[in-house]
Amino acid sequence: MADEHKAFGWAAKDESGFLSPFHFSRRENGEDDVTVKILFCGVCHSDLHTIKNHWGFSRYPIVPGHEIVGIATKVGKNVTKFKEGDRVGVGVIISSCQSCDSCNQDLENYCSKMVFTYNSRSSDGTRNQGGYSDVIVVDHRFVLRFPDGLPSDAGAPLLCAGITVYSPMKYYGMAEESGKHLGVSGLGGLGHLAVKIGKAFGLRVTVISRSPEKEREAIDRLGADSFLVTTDSQKMKDAVGTMDFIIDTVSAEHSLLPLFGLLNVNGKLVILGFPEKPLELPIFPLVSGRKMVGGSQIGGMKETQEMLEFCAKHNIVSDIELIKMDDINSAMERLARSDVRYRFVIDVANSLNPA
Amino acid sequence: MGKVLEKEAFGLAANDNSGILSPFRFSRRETGEKDVRFQVLFCGICHSDLHMVKNEWGMSKYPLVPGHEIVGVVTEFGAKVTKFKTGDKVGVGCLVGSCGSCDRCTEGMENYCPKLIQTYGFKYYDDTITCGGYSDHMVCDEGFVIRIPDNLPMDAAAPLLCAGITVYSPMKYHGLDKPGMHIGVVGLGGLGHVGVKFAKAMGCKVTVISTSEGKRDEAINRLGADTFLVSRDPKQIKDAMGTMDGIIDTVSATHPLLPLLGLLKHKGILVMVGAPVKPLELPVLPLIFERKMVVGSMIGGIKETQEMMDMAAEHNITADIELISADYVNTAMERLEKADVRYRFVIDVANTLKPTPNL
Repeated sequence: MADEHKAFGWAAKDESGFLSPFHFSRRENGEDDVTVKILFCGVCHSDLHTIKNHWGFSRYPIVPGHEIVGIATKVGKNVTKFKEGDRVGVGVIISSCQSCDSCNQDLENYCSKMVFTYNSRSSDGTRNQGGYSDVIVVDHRFVLRFPDGLPSDAGAPLLCAGITVYSPMKYYGMAEESGKHLGVSGLGGLGHLAVKIGKAFGLRVTVISRSPEKEREAIDRLGADSFLVTTDSQKMKDAVGTMDFIIDTVSAEHSLLPLFGLLNVNGKLVILGFPEKPLELPIFPLVSGRKMVGGSQIGGMKETQEMLEFCAKHNIVSDIELIKMDDINSAMERLARSDVRYRFVIDVANSLNPA
Repeated sequence: MGKVLEKEAFGLAANDNSGILSPFRFSRRETGEKDVRFQVLFCGICHSDLHMVKNEWGMSKYPLVPGHEIVGVVTEFGAKVTKFKTGDKVGVGCLVGSCGSCDRCTEGMENYCPKLIQTYGFKYYDDTITCGGYSDHMVCDEGFVIRIPDNLPMDAAAPLLCAGITVYSPMKYHGLDKPGMHIGVVGLGGLGHVGVKFAKAMGCKVTVISTSEGKRDEAINRLGADTFLVSRDPKQIKDAMGTMDGIIDTVSATHPLLPLLGLLKHKGILVMVGAPVKPLELPVLPLIFERKMVVGSMIGGIKETQEMMDMAAEHNITADIELISADYVNTAMERLEKADVRYRFVIDVANTLKPTPNL
């Protein structure tokens, strides 16, 4: 039977989503494993959805967190890529079948047997717990090297938010189209990184938002070229047919029709937010302009590593608000109101104290 | 500059949104230096004609002479025409003009030009409203005329000018034309049946997806589809989940997309070529979790239409038609509304469209 060692984190125990101290255990470091002492963990919107069981498949207690940065403290004998003391990251997945077409193409995120970092069950029956905790033990194939120069705290959100925008931007051809025009709908954890990565790809970037007060932020701080308020009907009209791509990060219910209108012929709308209900798809704009709507989720391990290197090279990090573990519940309330610029990150190592 | 010369023409026009077609005299411009003039032999009846005569899309101006699957024989051509001569077998599809200079036009995608002029119901450069192929003759800029290969029967080739290119273009654009691929075709009507034929000619395995079991024999034994599945049967859908590289959806009625997305493999593409008027429900999770795409497509560019026609000639692909006389057109429209046709009506214009004595 696998030996275990003690771990401590904060867990949600029911659908209220209220997080509180929680003792549990992790498996002993196996020959393929890396044990990570956790320094920082980003607070992703998915964490909020999961702890409140918005998607209906939460099994409590849940220690969330899948934007994890830490230090390797132990590596198994089969592990060659990492050594003790390395700065590493763990993202959204910790296991896949390693033998299907998707896995063979480095697309572990599309493997039908892919296992999420938390709120999941491994094949040996263990319930997996995430990064709002002091330590995690992960198969080396799902551990990422954190490049030098990428700060651990502001880099942590790249492990979910970063790859979630980077992967479709590559897949749908945005990286090879310098000079083309990208619209980023929604300026939150995903959106702000899409702006930065889009600029690094050489695209012209317009932020599309309901909130006019975000304009200065978008342009002066994030580097967007322009800002479009969706309620300004004249500006929306002037922008019709001007965008080659739109990344839609909004999960609240919203109409796709105006976004299709903004797209040029052959334009691509990529949906990343998870709406609670199906969206309405107007067919005529799709047909008359050869437009496309697609989606994406996170990315494979190889691509995630590539994304980290890309961000290190271009000095792209998330804009974060560092919080203590004790403040997590009020942070979650603020996240529910989108009151954060643009990601909370928990200073785990300095604030997670076992009771 | 002198008065614009015109020649008399006659045809069938709808005069209001009842959509009833009746004899109509009008005129067409004289043959300009880049124009090709041809006697219309046959004209296919496209479902769009039905939508337009009844103003279902809210853009119809009456009187409206429909028809954009037009074939005939050249009778006259302008001084600057190089590709056609008298006696050539030609066709005109859905477009008769575009700006010629935008990115779309220069890339051979005139069908997406913001200034495109459709074959009927659109304002032409001379401020006239274009009149389509339910008429005795057509005049058209050479750049929008398609050569009909000799070995294709003219009547059964006519529908390819709209239905054929509408399925051909997205299959090529999205790479759904490779031998061995598995393509689904939803709906077995004018577009669907031609979709099956082109996909088979491209070497694909074809599954027809239909709401009615009654079309199975037709799909497999006559059209050559490999398999047939009834979309309302959850077991048939379940057994075929994740098996298709692409699906061509020709259905214009409101219908659920979730089962179709389920039939696609990872990264599969659902191509919408039907035009449902109301928005459809878009399940987002298959797009996010399986990186599937929904795309739209509308006819094709001119070069591509010629390429499609040449491929049809090489593989003997024609539409399955019911040839009708001009007198029958209103009845045909009623039957078309009930999808009661296998699979395209084609008007025998040259033999049956005659001016009435009092016109």
